Amino acid sequence: MFETVIGLEVHVQLNTKTKLFCSCPTSFNHKQNTNTCPTCLALPGALPVLNKEALKKSIMFGTAVGATVNKTSFFDRKSYFYPDSPSAYQITQLYTPIVEHGYLEIDFEGGGKKTIGINRAHIEADAGKNMHESDYSKVDLNRAGTPLLEIVSEPDMRSAEEAILYLKKLHSIVKYIDISDANMQEGSFRVDVNVSIRPKGDEKLYTRVEIKNINSFRFIQRAIELEVARQTEAWEDGVYESEIVQETRLFDQEKQETKSMRTKEEAADYRYFPEPDLLKVVVPEDMYKEAIVIPELPDEKKQRFMDEFGVSQYNASVLTSSLEMAQFFDIMMQEGISSKNAVTWLSVELQGRLKNGMTLTSSPVSAKQLGLLVKRIEDRTISGKAAKEVLDFLMTDNMDVDVAIDKLGLKQVSDLGAIEKIIDDVLSSNPDKVNEYKSGKDKLFGFFVGQAMKASKGSANPQTVNEMLKGKLNS
Amino acid sequence: MITLKEALTLDDNKISKLKEQLKKSIESDAQLNAYIDIQNVGDGVPIAIKDNIQVKEWSVTSGSNILQGYIAPYNATVITKLLQSGLSPFGRTNMDEFAMGSTTESSFYGKTLNPKNRDCVPGGSSGGSAAAVAAGLAVAALGSDTGGSIRQPAAFCGIVGMKPTYGRVSRYGLGAYASSLDQIGPITQNVEDAAILYDIISGYDTKDSTSANVRYKKVSNMLNPDRKLRIAVLPKYIKDASADVQKAYNDTVEALSKDGHTIVEKEMEDPKYDISAYYITATAEAATNLARYDGIRYGNQKTGNNLEELYVKTRSEGFGDEVKRRIMLGNFVLSSGYYDAYYVKAQKVRHLIKDNYAKIFKNVDLILSPVAPDTAYKFGALHNPLDMYLSDIYTISINLAGLPAISLPVANASNGMPIGLQLIANAFDEQTLFDGAMSLERLMGY
Repeated sequence: MFETVIGLEVHVQLNTKTKLFCSCPTSFNHKQNTNTCPTCLALPGALPVLNKEALKKSIMFGTAVGATVNKTSFFDRKSYFYPDSPSAYQITQLYTPIVEHGYLEIDFEGGGKKTIGINRAHIEADAGKNMHESDYSKVDLNRAGTPLLEIVSEPDMRSAEEAILYLKKLHSIVKYIDISDANMQEGSFRVDVNVSIRPKGDEKLYTRVEIKNINSFRFIQRAIELEVARQTEAWEDGVYESEIVQETRLFDQEKQETKSMRTKEEAADYRYFPEPDLLKVVVPEDMYKEAIVIPELPDEKKQRFMDEFGVSQYNASVLTSSLEMAQFFDIMMQEGISSKNAVTWLSVELQGRLKNGMTLTSSPVSAKQLGLLVKRIEDRTISGKAAKEVLDFLMTDNMDVDVAIDKLGLKQVSDLGAIEKIIDDVLSSNPDKVNEYKSGKDKLFGFFVGQAMKASKGSANPQTVNEMLKGKLNS
Repeated sequence: MITLKEALTLDDNKISKLKEQLKKSIESDAQLNAYIDIQNVGDGVPIAIKDNIQVKEWSVTSGSNILQGYIAPYNATVITKLLQSGLSPFGRTNMDEFAMGSTTESSFYGKTLNPKNRDCVPGGSSGGSAAAVAAGLAVAALGSDTGGSIRQPAAFCGIVGMKPTYGRVSRYGLGAYASSLDQIGPITQNVEDAAILYDIISGYDTKDSTSANVRYKKVSNMLNPDRKLRIAVLPKYIKDASADVQKAYNDTVEALSKDGHTIVEKEMEDPKYDISAYYITATAEAATNLARYDGIRYGNQKTGNNLEELYVKTRSEGFGDEVKRRIMLGNFVLSSGYYDAYYVKAQKVRHLIKDNYAKIFKNVDLILSPVAPDTAYKFGALHNPLDMYLSDIYTISINLAGLPAISLPVANASNGMPIGLQLIANAFDEQTLFDGAMSLERLMGY
């Protein structure tokens, strides 16, 4: 029996306004080579100056994962030649990173938790992009110098499932504390996976294989499974030593396989040494104080939803799995509605109506509107059925909820006198049925309700009608 | 040549006449090869600029083939400061390629001659700036000093050269050789001019993270040559210098003493450790600083059939031998398996050197030292690179310690060539440095 050992390196692009070492805007999808300056083009004489916002966001992350924040850290140069790296060295933190020794907890779907260690998180500059044409390549340096936080886990995960749970938790943390857009497709949350296997019970770590840049959770899971299968097969066939070497492999989405990119023997010697253009980074005390006050984390929010609103554990997990949904729910709850109704109307009714790429963020119906709509059901202004009509209407016409209810004429009659008159009319015009009911034909109750609703043209609150009818018939 | 102090009083008309006259003189003495070309920006007093300081719209090449065709798109902070003070970058001066050398022979533009004796080198790497000032072809100049590149050519050419405290002058826009050692400084006809130019280019700069955020006080309006100072002398340390240099040193000590300064004998570590620490640190930084010259974005690109060929051809053909040697050395000392033995150890030595200076400055104001072991060499006299590296023994520890120092001529040697000595001050104590230098200048009457 084998055990899988997985460690993850995640490059998170920090969502600062400007680049890490110059004042060029960080950008996505701008015209090539427009967000550049002498520093990020590495022109002769240009120098780096650290973006304080990137430092602050890194400290926020350290706080979120219970890590040690090094109040003094250093930058180092990592040398390699490639056209997307203008200075031919990356400014990174090898020897003393800003964040060390943190952890996060993953929750298994069937219950149970596991703590995954975070070895370190360090700040570094992103490279530009090379675009390869048939017989030449183009270089776009808009991204060069964008701040990254590289988050390195301990090799604590034992299955693809655990790895995905870790990544989802990490993803949700960086979104919750708003240090990154964390968009995998746009490359602002990039994952490298280190995988090895070992006989169960063995303590030592065997040869680790790195799989690089896989851009969805589904593919990461698949890539790990494939790699574990490859390593296991090699072991069972007695060719582990020769087949499994320390190397970087790429996941081929189409062929569903990993293939070798470069082996350790060919790997570059990065010739790290302290960056002499930057002095040691000393975190100012006021920045530190600000940075350790972070927004509510996913687990805290989940607990609060359970404690404060009585949401079930399952629903709380679903609600907090994305920051957008959690925030939407939180705002709805400000209307003082029941959490059960809020969950249903958010996760079933609204999300069922979000089509064509619409998300909660771009939803035409705001959290406040949806909360109010639910409130109008609860205070019996409209029926649940009518509320669905109102929601359909609001999906295309932006309007105040109460105005929409009026406009659609869906307001229920909750004037007790008016309902009483209708009921009295129904009863007095059907004396036979009343007698039959009173002599034990209970089924006729539905008939009276139907007649009353019909007489009110559907606008009477059915619950009120029910209650009042019962009172009159049973007296 | 008119001094900088005098030139600063000239009206616009006289300044343009001065520039015209300068241009003629420079062109008529093309053989000296102090200047690469005469570009001009602004209407102020002309200041010659070393070819590694960025001036917007100038061709700026660090004396290298690899930067042929490169036009700087921005001004170095020192250039902005010159322009703000009514001075005018005028002409770029020759230098050793990427400031790596002590003779200005390694320039892509050919060697510069020493105006005191044209068979001799002007020193380096700021040899063009020093030769221009010494030949009366510049009012004053800017140079850069990584291991003596301002002070040594000033000494060889018989003029004044000053290296500020590390962090005092912004490096933004200085083509980097070794980031932790480089400083821009003035090369002038006299000490007062050096103080004036130093005042103009100094000060904290947010664009340079290594710039010192300390209060800056002007020195040129406070110069006091009558101040009596405690000056350390190094009897053992000067033993590696020529007899002429030792004699000039001893004469100077005697004159200083007679003038009322207190002379204190001190010791320095064997300078051979300075050489090792310096050439490891400087080349490590240089190897990475020069990695950006890859032919991809600018400069003298050589085409190849693939990326590696482009890199290899561009860099093999673009860099000269000395630059290649230092890039290789730097990459070697940083490579895996050697890093601790070389780079890390060199940093320890650097700390020891710093501590040693700090100890000396506990009870003296200044240290007096030779600048070079000898006067300017004849062309070709340094037969191998190691001889050249060893000629830096008296200047490099000051860069390693980040201290300010000024080189000024005190006498002529028996061969008629000038001998320069340097005063070294504690970090950020440029006032004392200039006061002592003014006093020494007046005493020696060179």
